[in-house]
Amino acid sequence: MAEAQVIDSGGVNPPSGSVDTRTIGDPVLAVENIIVKFGGVTAINDVSFDVRKGEIRAIIGPNGAGKSSMLNVLNGFYKPRSGQIKFAGKTFPSMDPYYAASHGIARTFQNIALFRGMSTLDNLMTGRLLKMKSNFFWQCLYFGPAQKEELENRAHVERVIDFLEIQPIRRTPVGRLPYGLQKRVELGRALAMDPDILLLDEPMAGMNVEEKEDMSRFIMDVNEEFGTTVILIEHDMGVVMDLSDRVVVLDYGVKIADGTPDEVRANQNVIDAYLGVSHD
Amino acid sequence: MLYRETGQFKRNYAADQQLFPIFQDKILLAAILVVALAIIPFVINDYWSKAILLPFMVYALVALGLNILVGYCGQISLGTGGFMAVGAYSSYKLCTAFPELNLIFVILFSGGCTAAVGVLFGLPSLRIKGFYLAVATLAAQFFLIWMFNKVPWFYNYEMSQITAPPREVFGFLVSGPQAEPAAQYLFVLGFIIVFTWIALNLVRGRVGRSWMSIRDMDIAAELLGIRPLQTKLLAFAVSSFYIGMGGAIIFHIWLGTVEATEAFDILQSFFVLFAIIIGGLGSVLGSFLGAAFMALMPVGLKVVLVDWIGMVPVTAKHIEFMLVGSLIIFFLIKEPHGLARMWQIAKEKLRLWPFPY
Ligand SMILES: Nc1ncnc2c1ncn2[C@@H]1O[C@H](COP(=O)(O)OP(=O)(O)OP(=O)(O)O)[C@@H](O)[C@H]1O
Ligand SMILES: [Mg+2]
Repeated sequence: MAEAQVIDSGGVNPPSGSVDTRTIGDPVLAVENIIVKFGGVTAINDVSFDVRKGEIRAIIGPNGAGKSSMLNVLNGFYKPRSGQIKFAGKTFPSMDPYYAASHGIARTFQNIALFRGMSTLDNLMTGRLLKMKSNFFWQCLYFGPAQKEELENRAHVERVIDFLEIQPIRRTPVGRLPYGLQKRVELGRALAMDPDILLLDEPMAGMNVEEKEDMSRFIMDVNEEFGTTVILIEHDMGVVMDLSDRVVVLDYGVKIADGTPDEVRANQNVIDAYLGVSHD
Repeated sequence: MLYRETGQFKRNYAADQQLFPIFQDKILLAAILVVALAIIPFVINDYWSKAILLPFMVYALVALGLNILVGYCGQISLGTGGFMAVGAYSSYKLCTAFPELNLIFVILFSGGCTAAVGVLFGLPSLRIKGFYLAVATLAAQFFLIWMFNKVPWFYNYEMSQITAPPREVFGFLVSGPQAEPAAQYLFVLGFIIVFTWIALNLVRGRVGRSWMSIRDMDIAAELLGIRPLQTKLLAFAVSSFYIGMGGAIIFHIWLGTVEATEAFDILQSFFVLFAIIIGGLGSVLGSFLGAAFMALMPVGLKVVLVDWIGMVPVTAKHIEFMLVGSLIIFFLIKEPHGLARMWQIAKEKLRLWPFPY
């Protein structure tokens, strides 16, 4: 587990026994009995779980298990057939994307969804859009409040750029960047929103070991330094076991396990699902 | 060594976010402004005004408008001619109903009317995209032209052709047959300068980024809190505002007399679309380059082929069609960002010159 040691050097990993300085709070987000169907396919079948403030919550499961669909429910892209979502002290039958965004939920996508024609800087600045309020008149003049907030948000974005160590590609159109850097810029765009809850859909897919280590470090730092709650989908079990506080396991849309990484690893259903025991 | 940004360090974000951060660009811009403001007005004559400068300037304004919608926000429109007609006819109605109203306001209000119409026809863009949206805007084109031709109220119950009454601005006659070329030129130039500056401000700030985010990846944009409908409608509004002003200026200043079916037909829509494709989608500079190319190339070809070589005008016209057609194909395949991108590449080469590595 060479990789794990590098990750552990951040000193936040409860399972490895190092000191955890974070405080995990009450649930900030919960889903109850969610069902999502596409025609005949039941992508999510009666799934409930909660996410506590400040924790890293992993969602794992084989391909097609419904993990991405779950994130789409959480930020309002998919409307569940039934069930409810508890968030920000309220209960919703389904989430509204704008509400989610304006109440601190940010996300990255499994297939990179950057604004390809725009530079890294502009992609990140777009993440600040909700914080920019000057009216159209000032925007036309690029003066007064418009310029002021432009500069303030630029300063904020520059901090994200420094944090992710992407200074040299500030002005590069993101379409020209290599895959690993695009993933990093996408994380940057989500971070630029100052999120309370960060949804990450396979942030390390297709990366080499070094890039994965960098990405793990960024995720842990965000979680530790800013107290950001992270919901993480990841296929690399080493990463999941090292990073996460609690794990939900989905299989064919059904939740088959939920608990700490150690509990989940020992769970017979999980072992069966991953070893491909037939489902009849 | 001529064109460098090396050594021009930016000490704060404000300096880094200026419109023209590179010193040599500032010089070039200043030179263009000096020529445009201090030299051309003294040497301009009727031919240069009507055949070259006015067409270039109005099409630059219209192309800028269309580029905001197509190039920046990614919404396709074939209704440009119709929206220009809205600008022209609303300016006609405004200046005949309120003869005292200054022509500057007439043109601004006409832009406003066109923006409202543009928003109306932009509503379907929430539901439909790409090809289908193009067809919807095509319907707008045909409907609007039909309306201006068939509803007598729009042409004050006279002939379906409308004629611009003489109007003075700051004591100079800018519209009507007696208008001075220099006054007309400066009047239009004023609009160009102000509205180019506004467009540059919009596209580099929050509004521009929201448009481009919808263009590049609307799903992700929505999750950043961008509301797709509002954003698209704003693009339709601003775009139509520019196009409407362009239509009003074509009517009042350049042509003086227009008939909707002729001056603003579907060919106009294509003409402006070609201009932004050749000039560069999503580029303010590209709108100018494309308008210059589309408006000036026919004049240049005529001078060379007909006046110098003695070719039959019809043959020269055919050569023009072929040239435009092949250039469109070339740019769509080879350089979707058009002349503006080529200019940028040239500048990047120049930056490394004389030691390219
Ligand atoms: N928009 C959609 N339309 C139709 N079917 C869908 C849609 N989104 C997801 N599905 C189906 O729902 C099921 C779950 O898909 P989902 O993408 O959530 O899986 P996943 O766990 O993210 O898988 P992977 O690990 O491959 O990313 C799959 O059978 C998929 O085909
Ligand atoms: Mg997935």
